[in-house]
Amino acid sequence: MRYLLLFLMLMISPPAMAQEADIETRARKVSQSLRCVVCQNQSIDDSDAPLAADMRKLVRDRLKAGDSDAEVIAYMQERYGDYVLLKPPVQGNTYALWFLPFVLLIGGGVWFIRTGRRGEAS
Amino acid sequence: MKRFLPILIFLAIGIAFAIALTRDPRKLESVIIDQPFPDFSLTELNDPNAMLTPELLKGQVSLINVFGSWCVSCNVEHPVLMDIAGNETIRMVGINWRDDRAKGQDWLAKRGDPYDVIIFDPESVLAIPLGVVGAPESFITDKTGRIRYKHSGVISSSEWTGTLKPLIKRLETEP
Repeated sequence: MRYLLLFLMLMISPPAMAQEADIETRARKVSQSLRCVVCQNQSIDDSDAPLAADMRKLVRDRLKAGDSDAEVIAYMQERYGDYVLLKPPVQGNTYALWFLPFVLLIGGGVWFIRTGRRGEAS
Repeated sequence: MKRFLPILIFLAIGIAFAIALTRDPRKLESVIIDQPFPDFSLTELNDPNAMLTPELLKGQVSLINVFGSWCVSCNVEHPVLMDIAGNETIRMVGINWRDDRAKGQDWLAKRGDPYDVIIFDPESVLAIPLGVVGAPESFITDKTGRIRYKHSGVISSSEWTGTLKPLIKRLETEP
């Protein structure tokens, strides 16, 4: 009887454990993308702040409750604003941030080539 | 003109950075203004058997204050809250955040309790949906229980008379 019980437990636990592990990896990934709002440049995964610990717990609880990764991130964004996202979203007020380096690179390259040619000509 | 272009660009960037530096990065844009108060079900600090829900915010304007016995600035704010509680009819709701029940009770026993009701939130179950970053932090809800104002940091007497009190008076005239 005891062996049967052990056998049954072994049969049952692997899928359950796999699911736990899956939630854990997803929670880690989501936590790495969320900013710890009290420490500014750490993710809640990195931070030792008590609020970050509570936020990690909330991320896990919501994932267990069946939320997708994106839904959990959106939940935090609705409450703490874009600031809670470590990677700024590409949107109206961040176009300069995302695209200005490329504009400067291309513009600078064009300027460099054009002025360089003129120098050769003279 | 062309000779001055690099200097002009440098100046433009310099001015942009100078303006950006004057903005306080701790002052987060509040995305929860005009949102209904988040759902919660937590106990009252002084009565572990009494469950509190957002229902308690319906029907009158409330000043909600996040505090904790561990919070140093809350000591500074406390006399202002006592003053408001003594002189005004506004309902004051405390959120005892990330605290120990006994320590929270003790903190209030020593200093006086300005709150009509206190929500005990040791695990940020309500604080995170509220977007709380630090204590003290205060919210004003209207009669329908919707969040209308958020104040980060200590409420000074001048901020109370200049901003919060007029807003509360205005919200009290709303249906």
